[in-house]
Amino acid sequence: MCGVCGCGHKESRIESKPTHQHEHSHADHHHTHDEGDDSGTSRLVQVEQDIQSKNNAFAQQNRQWFRDRGLFVLNLVSSPGSGKTSLLTRSLTDLKSDFSLGVIEGDQETSNDADRIRQTGVSAIQINTGKGCHLDAHQVGHAVENLAPDNDALVFIENVGNLVCPASFDLGEAHKVAILSVTEGDDKPLKYPNMFYAADLMVINKMDLLPYVEFDVDKCIAAARQIKPEIKVICVSAITGEGMDNWYRWIKIAREQKFIGLAEQTRRIEEGSPDKTI
Amino acid sequence: MHELALCESVLDIIVGESRKQGFARVKQVWLEVGEMAGVELQAMEFSFDVVTRGSIVESAALNILQIPGSAWCMQCSKNVAVRQRFDACPDCGSYQLQINGGDEMRIKELEVE
Repeated sequence: MCGVCGCGHKESRIESKPTHQHEHSHADHHHTHDEGDDSGTSRLVQVEQDIQSKNNAFAQQNRQWFRDRGLFVLNLVSSPGSGKTSLLTRSLTDLKSDFSLGVIEGDQETSNDADRIRQTGVSAIQINTGKGCHLDAHQVGHAVENLAPDNDALVFIENVGNLVCPASFDLGEAHKVAILSVTEGDDKPLKYPNMFYAADLMVINKMDLLPYVEFDVDKCIAAARQIKPEIKVICVSAITGEGMDNWYRWIKIAREQKFIGLAEQTRRIEEGSPDKTI
Repeated sequence: MHELALCESVLDIIVGESRKQGFARVKQVWLEVGEMAGVELQAMEFSFDVVTRGSIVESAALNILQIPGSAWCMQCSKNVAVRQRFDACPDCGSYQLQINGGDEMRIKELEVE
């Protein structure tokens, strides 16, 4: 799958760098590339490339890989401690009878979360990002190959707990789902606008704790809609199960919608009229 | 700190370009970064120095051009200036805006030799 990468030396580039000393000043820095003998002449070259083009290319590869296998992939993003893993383990238990499932877990260190997932009987692959603050499309491409999910499976990617960086990295997922809990601030969408802009669904978790905290659900929803007017919102408690049915309905409908479109597209390509929009 | 990862991408792209466009040393780099791209410029500059060390981009000057935010207001049917994703339309106050500028991150140009 990974045609472009020369992986292995990539992940820890910063660490593996200083194998040679950098005390030298530029004056004694001899270049052996004066072939043209036009030293001192500089020129401008146009590049015009998206800085994220490499990640986006991997994301596109992932998307194709998911599509070929009928996988529906959700990228769960949140701050640390929002209850992502609890939400996920309950969802896996409840959805096991309806779908073939798989999980990719991203954390800076430890395989604790993947272990918790595996206890539900669902296979999980842990990615430890080490110094990294987000998952990128390249890591996910390899992880999903190792995960080897069944065709038509539902795959959850639990991103590193961080509401900043994961917003900028497309992993090839169908949707980003932002999870927020009532023990956090209700203005969080405004504080981390890029993430709530990137997400298609906001799940407000820990609703069972609402009576004990100062969290205004309406204010939070208004804040999220200020950033993304079309964002969907579901309020749940992964502990009591409140609202979880709505979350499962959203997953099923979003999955159906994705594949209705894809089936139609494939049919049109086979019939030789791929350009007609549906 | 995803700026470190972004700088690694910048370096990868430049090294790739050096083969395509035939240059051995980079003196200046121009990036275009949108105001709403979620990039912290100071972190970008810091990471750039760290990441480019020992490469053909070492000691190159980094110039970052900030691209102002803009959005299409559905109510007014026109482009308006915004600074944040949660800004309302400055003319009509609506939040029905589609961001269409200011979230880009591009390598624009290089000075090479």
